[in-house]
Amino acid sequence: MKALGSHRRHPAAIVVLLLLGLVATGGLYSLLAPRPAQAAVATADDVTSGRTLFLANCATCHGVNGLGGKIGPSLAGVGAAAVDFQVGTGRMPLAQPGVQASSNQVMFTDQEIASLAAYVATLGPGPAIPDSQDTAGNGDVAKGNELFKENCAMCHNFAGSGGALTQGKYAPSLGNVSGQYIYEAMATGPESMPVFNGQSLSPADKNDIISYLHYLDKNQNPGGLNLGNLGPVSEGMFVWVVGLGLMIGAAVWLGSKAA
Amino acid sequence: MSEHGTESAGEGVSQPGTTARLDQGDIEGSGGILERFTNPGLPPHVPRSADLDEKAAHRAERQVAALFGISMVATVIFLVAYFAIDQKTYESIPGIGQASLSNVVLGVSLGVSLLCIGLGAVHWARTLMPDTEVAEDRHPQRSSDQARRDAVETATSGRAASQIGRRPMIKFTLGGALGLFALPLVLQLAGSLGPLPEAGLSTTFWRKGMRLVRDPEMTPIKASDVTLGSVFHVIPEGIDTSAHVLEEKAKAAVILIGIDAALIQVPKERAWGYGSMVAYSKICTHVGCPVGLYEHRTHHLLCPCHQSTFDVTQNCAVIFGPAHRPLPQLPITVDAQGYLVAESGFHEPVGPSFWERG
Amino acid sequence: MNPKAVPKGVAALRAREDPGPQAPEEAPLSKVGALASWVDERAGAAKPMSYLLKKVFPDHWSFMLGEIAMFSLVILLITGTFLTFWFVPSAGQVIYNGSYVPLKGISMSEAFKSTLDISFDVRGGLILRQIHHWAALLFTVSITVHMFRVFFTGAFRKPREINWVIGTVLSLLAINEGFTGYSLPDDLLSGTGLRAAEGFIQSVPVIGSYLAYFVFDGPFPGEAIIPRLFTVHVLLLPALIIGLFTAHIVLVAVHKHTQYPGPGKTNDNVVGYPFMPVYLAKSGGFFFIVFGITTLMAALVAINPIWLYGPYGPTMGTAGSQPDWYMGFADGALRLFPGFFEFNIFGYTLSLNVFIPSLIVMPLLYSIAGAYPFIESWVTGDKREHHLLDRPRNAPTRTGLGAMAISFYLILFIAAGDDLIAIKLGLSINQIVRTLQVMLIVVPPLAYWVTKRICLSLQRRDHDLVLHGHESGRIVRTAEGSFFEVHEPLPEYDRWTLVQHETLTPLQLTATVDTHGKRRTGSRGQRLRAKVSSFYFADGVPAVTPAELVAAHHDGSAGEAIETGQGGEGQGSGAPEWVGQLHGGADERPDTDAYAGHEGGVDPAPTPEN
Repeated sequence: MKALGSHRRHPAAIVVLLLLGLVATGGLYSLLAPRPAQAAVATADDVTSGRTLFLANCATCHGVNGLGGKIGPSLAGVGAAAVDFQVGTGRMPLAQPGVQASSNQVMFTDQEIASLAAYVATLGPGPAIPDSQDTAGNGDVAKGNELFKENCAMCHNFAGSGGALTQGKYAPSLGNVSGQYIYEAMATGPESMPVFNGQSLSPADKNDIISYLHYLDKNQNPGGLNLGNLGPVSEGMFVWVVGLGLMIGAAVWLGSKAA
Repeated sequence: MSEHGTESAGEGVSQPGTTARLDQGDIEGSGGILERFTNPGLPPHVPRSADLDEKAAHRAERQVAALFGISMVATVIFLVAYFAIDQKTYESIPGIGQASLSNVVLGVSLGVSLLCIGLGAVHWARTLMPDTEVAEDRHPQRSSDQARRDAVETATSGRAASQIGRRPMIKFTLGGALGLFALPLVLQLAGSLGPLPEAGLSTTFWRKGMRLVRDPEMTPIKASDVTLGSVFHVIPEGIDTSAHVLEEKAKAAVILIGIDAALIQVPKERAWGYGSMVAYSKICTHVGCPVGLYEHRTHHLLCPCHQSTFDVTQNCAVIFGPAHRPLPQLPITVDAQGYLVAESGFHEPVGPSFWERG
Repeated sequence: MNPKAVPKGVAALRAREDPGPQAPEEAPLSKVGALASWVDERAGAAKPMSYLLKKVFPDHWSFMLGEIAMFSLVILLITGTFLTFWFVPSAGQVIYNGSYVPLKGISMSEAFKSTLDISFDVRGGLILRQIHHWAALLFTVSITVHMFRVFFTGAFRKPREINWVIGTVLSLLAINEGFTGYSLPDDLLSGTGLRAAEGFIQSVPVIGSYLAYFVFDGPFPGEAIIPRLFTVHVLLLPALIIGLFTAHIVLVAVHKHTQYPGPGKTNDNVVGYPFMPVYLAKSGGFFFIVFGITTLMAALVAINPIWLYGPYGPTMGTAGSQPDWYMGFADGALRLFPGFFEFNIFGYTLSLNVFIPSLIVMPLLYSIAGAYPFIESWVTGDKREHHLLDRPRNAPTRTGLGAMAISFYLILFIAAGDDLIAIKLGLSINQIVRTLQVMLIVVPPLAYWVTKRICLSLQRRDHDLVLHGHESGRIVRTAEGSFFEVHEPLPEYDRWTLVQHETLTPLQLTATVDTHGKRRTGSRGQRLRAKVSSFYFADGVPAVTPAELVAAHHDGSAGEAIETGQGGEGQGSGAPEWVGQLHGGADERPDTDAYAGHEGGVDPAPTPEN
């Protein structure tokens, strides 16, 4: 191998240098970037501290009174569950405008989220944060499977791997999501998701669905590598690239002259 | 020889001729330079190391034997694992996650056992078997003229001997009999394969007064249960006791949607709905997949199979995708107890189009 | 018979009868020899066996693609037979009570339940199921690439047109065999596919509803479709496939395999290795390699996890509903075909938006493919047998047309995965569909044109390579101060492959003059033929001839001589090795040049051979 220096005039050298620079800058930034500012420690009155947080972080879009602004809808009636879900999964505050809010880095502590939820709940009656017994995931896995296939699979895919909606929207993957957020999403109908109220899916039904999803999270793949549980498309890609590739490799070796 | 002409390059005989100078202008050549290149024949054979060196040949032999040996070991592993590993054991396999240990071990051992036989055989052929190319001659596919004449002769003399040419009655009735005998078989199959559709494709299980019940729980739905933005997957009450449950479900599946009546732009849709809810057939009018994806903020129903999109505010008219007709609407109302019921059956056939649909 | 033995009893009676034709006495045989002899005495097998064992097969990896298909078929037959011992082809409903927890207590068909049992409760059942399905995918994949190889090398030309048609039919049968196979377990995904199939059948004009009721024995889903698919999948289609496949390889044996052009290979021979022992080991070994790789894939990568899909119900669906890959192009056609094309005529509905993509596209594409050899032979008017393959670049129009067909197919295929593309790449399915609809029209002709130009460029590259050889990197400076790079001429064996091809010219209409002296330009059919022929062959880069090669080494303006071949030996001792290889007119040096010293003729002219 020639010395690295002798390649310095190689046409690709500038590209390599740029890449190194970019990687170094990005890496240093992520290491040294300031953490998001922590709001004040919650006071005993959750609603009051929630309102303070709300005014500081949410009012720009959702209006000073939480009844809607230019960009954000009214939060009257969305309930504490919606806030816990949206903020707890990092969907809110909205990182950037787009077709829909995606789960993201969580910007608040659990206490802050609870305060925000308590405040928004006062704006109008809506779904409350569910009981932990309803989100424990200790229900009937088979029943949950049946309910999931009837109500959820057509958007989220048979194994909860996610699916496409119109105009770039999507139903996200449900892998490794806590039971509480699953429950809250069903109850509040975020983004395009329909609302599954208590009469549509009872708390026990919701717990069953959570149980099924947590069963899937155990990642038991009896058959082997699951290729994302996306169905025949990924299987077809695998067989064309890996399967055929190996076969052709063997055929090329077979037809070549030995040393 | 074969019939082609100039496939192999030129066949001219060339003799050493006199030279010509290019500045002499057009010169009639003596045919010295060939019209096309000629085939130089097989390149000289290059022997392999195993051909020349006995030690290399021995090494190859050991490699082949090692491969066959690995195969035998793998077979034994399979035989042992078949009995030893319990079906229900799951182990964490790197790169895969929790996999069925039985499947992995049985599969890998079987695969290795087969693969190594193959690798060994091919390696043996490549290193030790002769690799001098041999040539086999081809012969034209066409039979010789004599053979053809014989064949034609046999056929025509046989035909003449059968007298079929002289016996038109035989010829025509033979044609008739042979042409007709298969008809009974075809008729039995075509006639008994299935019933006539009659009204099958045009009617569903829904009747006036039937309650809408949740699928699969079979519980009725109160109008007050349906909030804005909610969706219920619904079938008619009593369908689970019908003679052909799945077949009826395949036509009667309905999606009940809670939508603000003010958003509905088609008066008929509002009239057939009840309050802030409407019910539509869940069977896509393209090829019949269940249209279950309701986007409640845009009021669009999406079919997952081929992405037909229906607008619920426009009487489920098609706004994108390969479907043509809107989804049929089920007229609904409430009964005395406040449960949602059908006001009547569908007013048109549900599901994919068919010729007699009208 | 031992002449000394004295026959007794019944044997004595028999001995007086004519003992029949006797083989001459031979030396005692080994056990194998004895068995072979036994068979030969009853079936005369020695001659055909010797014919088969001596058969020569050419060695190229691309000839193994059909073998992958053949071996996959064998694997499918073996594993499929095993599966039939446990699979129950019945749609009768049962309650599941096996080991898979998320389905315990759920009502499902017997077909689905038996498939679950195979996957979880039969020892080694899952590996068998997975080998079977992976082999099915490999079967269809290898048929496709094999078909592409045969097409692009022109191996479908006379005498192999029949085999090409058989192959096209086999391909169609294979993908339908796959469809019926994966529909057997009656799971959510394949059941959705069957529902769509019923929709296709319904869309047939006039008889659609009758056909649908006949196929499904009543309304969808019915109890008959699973057992009927089982009969088709296990009995009817395999019988057809095995029959046609046997004809396919018998024809290969009769025609002998084609070979790539190269030194020593002509249209009248097959150069390669004999079946015994080389190809017996290589092909036999390759069978085990294919089986082994398929099994390893089945051991490590899950396929068709029906337990996750769950049993089929007509009210349930899943996001990402796609068929297996080989049906993808049909599914994509359904997604792309606009819904506008459904018409109401006199009270009847004509659903062309469903009928065309689902039931016309597939037979149409396969018919065009099957007819292609006849189209091409009509265009070329070539009635000779062809056993030497074309290098694709030497048939630019055919290669371009193939690229066009493949690009059309690929766009349809990609369209089937549009929702997965949307979520994985963060795009909108609406935009993807619109884009693909446009691409379907625009890209194939573009692909044709680009491919054809690339082929012609490659042909010119070959042309230049023959004329000027490889640059050797050695620079020579003449006394006048000019620099030239020495080029190595191509060795004869390498050169042959680049110059052996035949460049076909377009068919010309022969204008005839009829009795009244009027020019007859030929019938419409003949004119069309000439036009298409010109489309095919008007562009072409003819192979380099010996005259061109010699001319390339003498620019001629200085009046150098052209000599006929004197044999390939050197031009006299002491001539520098780069003589005659100088580029750019360096040969125009006067004889007084310091580097002169050769006798006019510089390049070893092609040796005349008879």
